[in-house]
Amino acid sequence: AMEDVSAKFVSQKISRTRWRPLPAAALQPPDLFATGSWDNEDNRISIWSAGDLGSSGLNGEYHGEPRLLCDIQHSGDVMDMQFLDQERIVVASSTGTVTVFRHHQNNQTLSANHRWEKAHYHVDQDTSCGGAACTGVVCNNPEIVTVGEDGRINLFRADQKDAVRTIDNADSSTLHAVTFLRTTEILTVNSIGQLKIWDLRQQRNEPSQIFSLAGDRVPLHCVDRHPNQQHIVATGGQDGMLSIWDIRQGTMPVSLLNAHEAEMWEVHFHPSDPDHLFTCSEDGSLWHWDTSTNVSEKPSFLHQGGRSTAYLSHSTINQSVVSAWLSNDPTKDRMEITNLIPNQTLSVNSLDVLGPCLVYGTDAEAIYVNRQLFA
Amino acid sequence: DTVPPQVVPGADPSARQLCFAWGPAEVLVCETLFGRAGESRSRAGTAARALTGSVAGAGEGAPSSSRVYVVRRDQDIYIQTLRKLFNESHAIFMGLQRSEEELAGKSRKAQLVQVSKNYRSVIRACMEDMHQAAVSTRDPALQGQYSTQVSILSAMELIWNLCEILFVEAATAGPLLLRLLDWVRLHVCDVDSMVREVLSSESPSKHKLFWNVVDVFVLQGRMDEARHLLSKEASANPTSMNMYKILDDLMKKMPVPSLGNTQTLTELELKWQHWHEECQRYLQDGTFASNPHMESICKILLGDEDAILEKKELMTTWYHFLVTRLLYSHPTVKPMELRFYAQSSMDLFLGGESSPEPLDMILMAAFEFEMHQVIKECSIVLSNWWFVAHLTDLLDHCKLLQSHNLYFGSNMREFLLLEYASGLFSHHSLWQLGVDYFDHCPEYGRVYLELHIERIPLSTERKALKVLRICEQRQMHEQVRSICKIMAMKALRNNRLGSALSWSIRAKDAAFATLISDRFLKDYCERGCFSDLDLIDNLGPSMLLSDRLTFLGKYREFHRLYGEKRFPEAARLLLTLMTAHIAPCSFWMTLLTDALPLLEQKEVIFSAEQTYELMRCLEDLTAGNPDKQKFQDDDVETTKVEMLRLALARNLARVIVKEGTMEGS
Repeated sequence: AMEDVSAKFVSQKISRTRWRPLPAAALQPPDLFATGSWDNEDNRISIWSAGDLGSSGLNGEYHGEPRLLCDIQHSGDVMDMQFLDQERIVVASSTGTVTVFRHHQNNQTLSANHRWEKAHYHVDQDTSCGGAACTGVVCNNPEIVTVGEDGRINLFRADQKDAVRTIDNADSSTLHAVTFLRTTEILTVNSIGQLKIWDLRQQRNEPSQIFSLAGDRVPLHCVDRHPNQQHIVATGGQDGMLSIWDIRQGTMPVSLLNAHEAEMWEVHFHPSDPDHLFTCSEDGSLWHWDTSTNVSEKPSFLHQGGRSTAYLSHSTINQSVVSAWLSNDPTKDRMEITNLIPNQTLSVNSLDVLGPCLVYGTDAEAIYVNRQLFA
Repeated sequence: DTVPPQVVPGADPSARQLCFAWGPAEVLVCETLFGRAGESRSRAGTAARALTGSVAGAGEGAPSSSRVYVVRRDQDIYIQTLRKLFNESHAIFMGLQRSEEELAGKSRKAQLVQVSKNYRSVIRACMEDMHQAAVSTRDPALQGQYSTQVSILSAMELIWNLCEILFVEAATAGPLLLRLLDWVRLHVCDVDSMVREVLSSESPSKHKLFWNVVDVFVLQGRMDEARHLLSKEASANPTSMNMYKILDDLMKKMPVPSLGNTQTLTELELKWQHWHEECQRYLQDGTFASNPHMESICKILLGDEDAILEKKELMTTWYHFLVTRLLYSHPTVKPMELRFYAQSSMDLFLGGESSPEPLDMILMAAFEFEMHQVIKECSIVLSNWWFVAHLTDLLDHCKLLQSHNLYFGSNMREFLLLEYASGLFSHHSLWQLGVDYFDHCPEYGRVYLELHIERIPLSTERKALKVLRICEQRQMHEQVRSICKIMAMKALRNNRLGSALSWSIRAKDAAFATLISDRFLKDYCERGCFSDLDLIDNLGPSMLLSDRLTFLGKYREFHRLYGEKRFPEAARLLLTLMTAHIAPCSFWMTLLTDALPLLEQKEVIFSAEQTYELMRCLEDLTAGNPDKQKFQDDDVETTKVEMLRLALARNLARVIVKEGTMEGS
């Protein structure tokens, strides 16, 4: 419901919003999130408190607005951002540098903890202006993988000075995003409509598998993997199309779903309710894709907390569940899709979902928090 | 009418001649080497204050001509705290443009009033933020800046609110006065602290400012609050209880206009007349003679100008005086009568002691219903285009500005929106907002957008994509091509052939695709292997963009077939590349050399006919090449040609034997 959304104008265009991950045993909803800005003379990483849910202030008013806890300057546009753990955030910069920031919770400050200067670069790493934008970062503590406009893939370890592995010229076009498929395998998407799997154990500097869109090679901008059924992958493209891929079979997407009218900047399966998917776009919309209603005999995946369920951990059960995402014609199966922000005109650059909470940021210099997604 | 000259601090036109270069939203000013004859060669001021201009590059303190000044049109655009105002009002502006013009009279008006209120609430929110910032900062200079901004925002809201009452809502006699009262109550805040102090004191009636507060309430028509205070005083003075009761009764009975249609104006005027006469009677028979405070209140109720003017300090402004005067002497004032009362109120209030300030002139113009004068004065006085652009747009949607055309450009609404949006585009970050404003300028918006969008620095591909999307949505083909070309060139410089190619494919730029394909082929000739196979193998339909790209794709396909040992198919493709003239002539030698290993295979691959064709290709190449010299001088080339001829002849012999035996069998 719209009344559960609180907004704050922050006087900077927001390129990324990320919830701080919850500790393993946490029962309460997430309370802290980080944002990064872009296209400012002075870009910043900021940590926000989401505001208290339902609690009232002394005068009975509702303290819903996100509150700034601390921020720090960041050189270049924030291109991507991921929490490494509860305290550290890895930030990808348009200068090609990758920085690990630490959030000190006792005195609410941020500091640069570690930095890989020009992890992405054109031609020559040592020249003053050779940096190439680092477009994507993904973490699986302590490992960090970054991709960039230079078509390079870097594998870092949080506390090691040098890259563990670098694949130069891994892609001849721009790599737009990266995510982990398994602990040693990653997925990348690029500007000629390809989805590639890379096995980091292999020394070959080539992808182990290439998938691609048919017809016009529409660039892909974002990728996410189903949290429980690892063969299901979602990508978003320049034309706003949502593609669902089954990486066990074929080289083309299983289904193409149309909702956005411009670049889809991010796609996220809900981490604990993967029947729900969220996408945001340059056209200023944010869609909630809900397949939970269609299969009656299927157990509900819906949970209140932010923890993933043990239900799907058995591969046998895994097989028996026909995922709604892979059915040939999802529209027939009454997938419900809802635009969560009507009338927005400027781009929604980023979103993140955790538990019952959604946070997103826009080019209209505002951040929004919805604490009751499934209410 | 002339606009006052703008002074660029530091640039001194009396010492040297100045030169200008106009940018889309900025002017570059610099001093030339040419001095002014007969004038002192005084140097320009050294410390240029960044008020209207900022120094872009400064010399080594030597001649002043080494400085270049950037003069910006819209200075407020750069104030950080105002970004909230720009962003929030953008959403309101877009909502207004989308809103239903077809809505019938009343609901349309309600809609427009709501839009106006939304704009005002954004101004107020900004004002609060700015106030907070002023309070929390320790830097006195910054504090001063914030306070100035607060007062500017507060003046903007004051003007807007008045325009909302008079123009947008167009309140009629009766409700008009109520609205003006609200307006005064909202904006005259100087006395609020005094009111708070008295009300929170232990016994308000003993406070030395007690009567002042009662007067403030009466002057603002806040009768209930005034009566409440008076009742406290009354209970402390049982002897004059009767007097209090009478005054209280008069205040209670005062007829006021109602917002609904419960009474007609005539009814109101009649009641008011009665009440007025009653007040008059009490005053004349000396009921309040023993208490000067109450007597003065009674005089105010009667609209006695001198009595009201005595409370000048409690009203602080002439427009408060105007509204108080109207309340107690002309409660059913009509909109068109306002101008007379406004003018005389200002004259009376200022009393020749001080001259009206710009804000007074703007409000006066509003009371005179001179909308264009309001907008013009605001444009001159305020340091931003935000206010006039949005107000004018709203008034235009109220259909109040239709008749007015400028002698330059298009109409006033568009002119101001263009100015505002140009300012946004000069900002490194707010340019995205400007796009939508240009979209709603039917005459020149498109041209402005085209000129501005090309000047956005494309620092990353993602930003370029955003700019590109704006252009593509508006079918701005020229700009789409130019952006893609810039990005393709960048990629090419960085040796990212794959990226370069995908940018030229997006722009459908055949010439550039050819250029990049040639780079690929050159790399292949030099290194003997292809780079960026992932791209070339997946060209798809985009292969058809340029002939050279088609060749590149097909040539790569030949290598793939060869690698997969599908020799007959590879051979056929290789030959087609030449005979169908897909391959550029410069590449034929390479192709023929590629045929060599196929000719040397154990099995015969090229048929007799194919071999003849290959031979003709070779002869065409060696004979038809204008650069014949090259083949004769270059030993390697000569040997290659000889080897090819030999291989072709041998293949022909083998194939004749083979085909002969096949026919014979």
